[in-house]
Amino acid sequence: MKNSLRATLKRGSVAGVATAGAAALLLTGCGAAPEASTATNTASNYKGCIVSDSGGFDDQSFNQSSYEGLKKVTSELGLKMNQAESKTNNDFEPNLRAMVSAGCNLTVTVGFLLGDATKSQATANPDKHFAIIDFGYDTPVSNVKPIIYDTAQAAFLAGYLAAGTTKTGTVATFGGIKIPTVTIFMDGYADGVKYYNEQKGKNVKVLGWDKAKQDGSFTGDFEKQDKGKQFTQNFLDQGADIVMPVAGPVGKGAGAALQEAKAAGKDVKLIWVDSDGFLTAPDYKDIMLSSVMKQMGQAVETVVKQDKDGQFTNKPYVGTLANDGVQLAPFHDMDSQVPAELKSELDQIKKDIASGKLKVESAASPKA
Amino acid sequence: MSENTEPRTAAAPDPDRIPGTQSEESDIETPDEGDTAFVTSLDTAGGTHQPSAVPVSTQSGSLPGAPEEETLLRKIFTGNGMVTILAVLLALILGGLLIAATDKVVGTTAGYLFARPSDFLTAVWSAATSSYVALFQGAVFNPHGTGVAGQFAPLMETLTIATPLITAGLGVALAFRAGLFNIGAQGQIIMAGILAAWVGFALHLPIGLHLLLVLVAGVAGGAIWGGIVGVLKARTGAHEVIVTIMFNYIALYFLRYLLDTQLFQRPGETTPISPILDPNAVYPLLFGSQYRLHVGFLLAIAATVFVSWLLNRSTLGFEFRAVGANPKAALTAGINVSRATILVMTIAGGLAGLAGVAQVAGTEKVLTDGVAATYGFDAITVALLGRSSPWGTFAAGLLFGAFRAGAVQMQIQTGTPIDIVLVVQSLIVLFIAAPPLVRAIFGLNPSKKKASTAGKTKQAATTGGAA
Repeated sequence: MKNSLRATLKRGSVAGVATAGAAALLLTGCGAAPEASTATNTASNYKGCIVSDSGGFDDQSFNQSSYEGLKKVTSELGLKMNQAESKTNNDFEPNLRAMVSAGCNLTVTVGFLLGDATKSQATANPDKHFAIIDFGYDTPVSNVKPIIYDTAQAAFLAGYLAAGTTKTGTVATFGGIKIPTVTIFMDGYADGVKYYNEQKGKNVKVLGWDKAKQDGSFTGDFEKQDKGKQFTQNFLDQGADIVMPVAGPVGKGAGAALQEAKAAGKDVKLIWVDSDGFLTAPDYKDIMLSSVMKQMGQAVETVVKQDKDGQFTNKPYVGTLANDGVQLAPFHDMDSQVPAELKSELDQIKKDIASGKLKVESAASPKA
Repeated sequence: MSENTEPRTAAAPDPDRIPGTQSEESDIETPDEGDTAFVTSLDTAGGTHQPSAVPVSTQSGSLPGAPEEETLLRKIFTGNGMVTILAVLLALILGGLLIAATDKVVGTTAGYLFARPSDFLTAVWSAATSSYVALFQGAVFNPHGTGVAGQFAPLMETLTIATPLITAGLGVALAFRAGLFNIGAQGQIIMAGILAAWVGFALHLPIGLHLLLVLVAGVAGGAIWGGIVGVLKARTGAHEVIVTIMFNYIALYFLRYLLDTQLFQRPGETTPISPILDPNAVYPLLFGSQYRLHVGFLLAIAATVFVSWLLNRSTLGFEFRAVGANPKAALTAGINVSRATILVMTIAGGLAGLAGVAQVAGTEKVLTDGVAATYGFDAITVALLGRSSPWGTFAAGLLFGAFRAGAVQMQIQTGTPIDIVLVVQSLIVLFIAAPPLVRAIFGLNPSKKKASTAGKTKQAATTGGAA
């Protein structure tokens, strides 16, 4: 009795699901079948490939920018493309080997963690070309082109901007993990504030990074957003009103904390890193003062184009303010809050750094 | 369930009352003060008797081994072999559907499903099969490889990746057989990696000796890290699940701290990556430089033989299993439970340490904060899938190694996201953890859920036989 009842119920639910499914298919499946034609675009046999580090191609950071750059250039020029995402450090070498056997002309690898694997595959396959993002070799490898950034230059501008905009006289920064590609932002930021203080005779304080000691606040990884929030709340409690998180997605935690503070009536601002946060992290548009951008996609495009035209060299590509490899993003909605005088000063500093008149130095700067 | 309401002391063994414990429960439900005092002193003397991984329901003094008394965790870990195979099958089918659902061609053809349904079905079929074919080609045999060497390269890669999974999985399985849920393989791999790597790059010793020392250092590192947990458990009663999880974090942040010091960085660089290990300190390759397969795999086989012998043939292994089945009964039978707890965690840590050595001296050859990858956690799944038996773990390690190796090829050949492999792995665990679900899907369930135990066993047996 009970069983038969249950069976009926079961049958009923199966029928219901089937009806719903069929209805959905009816709604979506009514299109006309296309004519059988296979227009394959075989403009070139050149194959551009990319291997991510464990962050994956959706990290809203360097993996993603590089991936998008490669995607753009390959579709523009009608090239073939292969991508391999690494889940752990163990995947680097198998991924690279697979790229070599897939016949990639140029393989872009992302991050210093891939340095050894790239070098060993490059040495074993001297006829293939490689490019590595954010890492340079002490002794250059003949078929690997390092793509590196003097991020401190753009971060210097951000520091100067923060110092010139702060209402409380205190600005802050924190990092994800203490690695050179992170600390270079913090060095530049701290130096920018220092330069502002020297020029204006002010005393704007920087929380979260001590350049002389090369030590500061780090959340420990690039994942835990709650830690970013906690750090930012601490900085706010200590009187900071502008925060620059250098921690990838953890920066969103900082954004959340700042938005709460803004809702509570505080005048606070966020400085994003890597990409223009106004576009890539639109949730925090209303507090986004500016961003320190590394134009990785652009660099990848350039390198692929050069390689395709047979102009590959292993000379590092160094992104600077002079070649627009690193930039300070536009102020967007905050434009009105940045005084015209400050803007012109920033322009002047940018010119001075680009021309070499003003030197920005960091222990993490590329030695090229 | 009623046992849970008993006072905890009631379950404590009392030498004077052992016959009564087994025959009459009511007899021990009224312990007097003298009893309690005696029990306490016994506890301290033995240093045992702390809460174990086996929930209270199995510690109630009733005889171990009766199927209805088994805990859920135990059931999951030592479940039915048929369910294991069906779980893998089911996970693969679901994974295939997921691949099809996310496939672009399937999406387009679904748009004109009624105009030409064959397109849609072909697309679904080809999306799923091409991914799995690529997975197989990347994991076992690649017919397009150059020469025999190239064709078997994927198999070698599978064995390479399986090496740390097998040894770490053995550590988890062994601990579970002694009733301890060891989540700490990750931390044990990391500590082993730190020590092995340091010995590997900081010292410069002759060939043979250097690798031996790297091996000893790594195994010792894992053993100590696991052993501390055993001591904490045996002496203070700290729960091993919580302690091992915390120890994983301590190990990881300790590693990150070390990588931030000059001692563990390359001269003149500040990136958190250690120098490359000396050539004398790394495992020799088994079949030349075209494959990554190293001697560590032979050690993994040796470790499996060792654990198999330890569990099934040695006195110590008997003690481990007795403690795992019922610590109270084991204590009553004169087994030193605290010694067994410490020893089993030490050996489990040593086995995980072997995985750490396979990482730094086998494949990576450097120390980074990703040295343990996710092997410590995958090891739990591997032990689970292997039903905590040594050779089962070995086979499960090979399967997961194959998934990992094949995923690379699948991703590059068909563009299927590598995450699909993680989904399949997770589904396997899900299905293994829910045997009734698997049986229901394959129609193996007894018709009445609340049947008497006897009827249930009988029915299960008949249906199982029919299937």
